[in-house]
Amino acid sequence: MLKFEHVSKKYKGGKTAVSNLNLEFKKGEFIVFIGPSGCGKTTTMKMINRLIEPTEGKIFINDEDIMEKDPVKLRREIGYVIQQIGLFPHMTIQENISLVLKLLKWPEEKRKKRAEELLSLVDMTPDYLERYPHELSGGQQQRIGVLRALAADQPLILMDEPFGALDPITRDALQDEFKNLQKKLDKTIVFVTHDMDEALKLADRIVILRDGQLVQCGTPDEILREPADEFVEEFIGKERLVQAKPNITTVEQIMNAHPVTITSDEQLSNAITVMKTNRVDSLLVIDQEGVLEGYIDVEAIDQNRKKAKDVADILIPDTFSVYKDALVRDTIRQILKKGLKYVPVVDEKRHLVGIVTRTSLVDIVYDSIWGDEELERAQ
Amino acid sequence: MDVFSDLITYFTNNGSYVWEQFFRHFLMSAYGVLFAAIVGIPVGILIARYSRLSSVVLSLANVIQTIPALAMLAVLMLVMGLGTNTVVFALFLYSLLPIIKNTYTGIRNVDHTLIESGKAMGMTKWQILRMVEIPLSLSVIMAGLRTALVITIGIATIGTFIGAGGLGDIIMRGTNAQDGTAIILAGAIPTAFMAVIADVLMGWLERSLMPVKKKKQDSNEQEEVTA
Ligand SMILES: Nc1ncnc2c1ncn2[C@@H]1O[C@H](COP(=O)(O)OP(=O)(O)OP(=O)(O)O)[C@@H](O)[C@H]1O
Ligand SMILES: [Mg+2]
Repeated sequence: MLKFEHVSKKYKGGKTAVSNLNLEFKKGEFIVFIGPSGCGKTTTMKMINRLIEPTEGKIFINDEDIMEKDPVKLRREIGYVIQQIGLFPHMTIQENISLVLKLLKWPEEKRKKRAEELLSLVDMTPDYLERYPHELSGGQQQRIGVLRALAADQPLILMDEPFGALDPITRDALQDEFKNLQKKLDKTIVFVTHDMDEALKLADRIVILRDGQLVQCGTPDEILREPADEFVEEFIGKERLVQAKPNITTVEQIMNAHPVTITSDEQLSNAITVMKTNRVDSLLVIDQEGVLEGYIDVEAIDQNRKKAKDVADILIPDTFSVYKDALVRDTIRQILKKGLKYVPVVDEKRHLVGIVTRTSLVDIVYDSIWGDEELERAQ
Repeated sequence: MDVFSDLITYFTNNGSYVWEQFFRHFLMSAYGVLFAAIVGIPVGILIARYSRLSSVVLSLANVIQTIPALAMLAVLMLVMGLGTNTVVFALFLYSLLPIIKNTYTGIRNVDHTLIESGKAMGMTKWQILRMVEIPLSLSVIMAGLRTALVITIGIATIGTFIGAGGLGDIIMRGTNAQDGTAIILAGAIPTAFMAVIADVLMGWLERSLMPVKKKKQDSNEQEEVTA
């Protein structure tokens, strides 16, 4: 729906605010631009509604080159929350909220109704409608600024640090509310912030900028899992990286890659020897190609000692296993819920590649509690 | 005390005449300011847009302002002849500077983020002017009109030299008469009175046009207290 092709912006003084940006966003995506102050976030955003025109490159909305559209018409199709809030001091809250509708020539009554409707979204009573912006707190003004961008129900909304002036509690509430709203209304939102928590919470995809250059673009999980470089790591912050570990690490990263195994055609006596030397009470059973077949444990061997000869005879098939790209978070949940002692890890073709035991989990818990300190000590 | 009773006598005997001149005086000033507003406000807006023009236009208006009133009237009289129109034209010229300057400053000082805000919403240039810039600079523009009106009320007194009438007529009579102090005052006091009333009324109008009403009124009250 929104596409940047080799977009650059050089200001008159020779300052390159954005250089060679290539991005593509889908309809309904919540995109968050993040980066340190002065990295070109606002500039990028303003190029979308042509408040600033790119020096090079093209921007497409629904495959239409925005430079070929009438700027006034283009802007009326895009909601915009300006960084500085920018409510009109000479207009009441109602007039402020419904100004876009006035431009779109909605009748007075409908405008008023819409303003009321919007105000209730942010828990403000209708008596605010007749007040002037200076009679509102900074946080309330900011909410009105957001409502103003939602008024005409445009499919694309640009928001430049819309929650900057809010206290953490209100901000949190508004973020939740807003995320829900976005999903419900299926709007494409381009959102600017320099608060990483806000970005991780809201974004479907995060775009990290630095000195006008794209550093990384990906889902919050991707960015936490594989920060592109040290800059990103630092920007995310060590603490968040460690905290996020169980949420984003895959089973493959923490598994023991050398599970004790036995092939199904072995004799039981061999199995017992293997158990004894490795000091384990069960064995994973694989075939010649390494495909997981099931497991045997010491109890089963004990009960069937007289009748059975081969591993295959007492094999317990259909073992619960996890895929190696599964998230540790989910695996932990399974282990705890099912009361398992261990989980075999397999690849796409059910080849056994490793095992996750309760002991591996201890490592993770240890890491998330003390890993931080260790990192620091190591430095 | 003599002067005071003379003054009362003059007013009672010549009430309608004084009133007539008062009204005439006011009309000349008002017309001068009105025409200056019709020309000056658009010019002010224009130079706020194209700031390269601003220095030329403003210094031109400044030059006009510095011409002594009598010299101006004399020169205009050569071109336009005697009469009210010449005076109104002179008043028009004197009103230009405060009006253009205030309009220019008012529009220039509108918070840039508000203009951007309007633009981002999809306002046309004309809509931004009408819905944002003018409403937000209206009180500053009014202040310009106020200054202009007070100036013109003062200058209009010399209109009498080229036969335009007004309160200046009465003052002139006083200066020509023997012991005419009372007559001079009979012309001067209404002139001062008119200037003060104009100033107060326009000031009130100016304040009521402030974009942010409550806050500014508070600060104005403070100013008045300190003043
Ligand atoms: N009109 C302008 N003329 C010249 N340089 C500008 C202009 N606007 C912005 N810049 C410069 O371009 C760079 C990017 O500015 P931009 O406003 O996009 O930053 P930002 O990422 O939004 O920062 P912040 O988080 O502080 O809002 C900055 O270095 C800024 O100084
Ligand atoms: Mg910015």
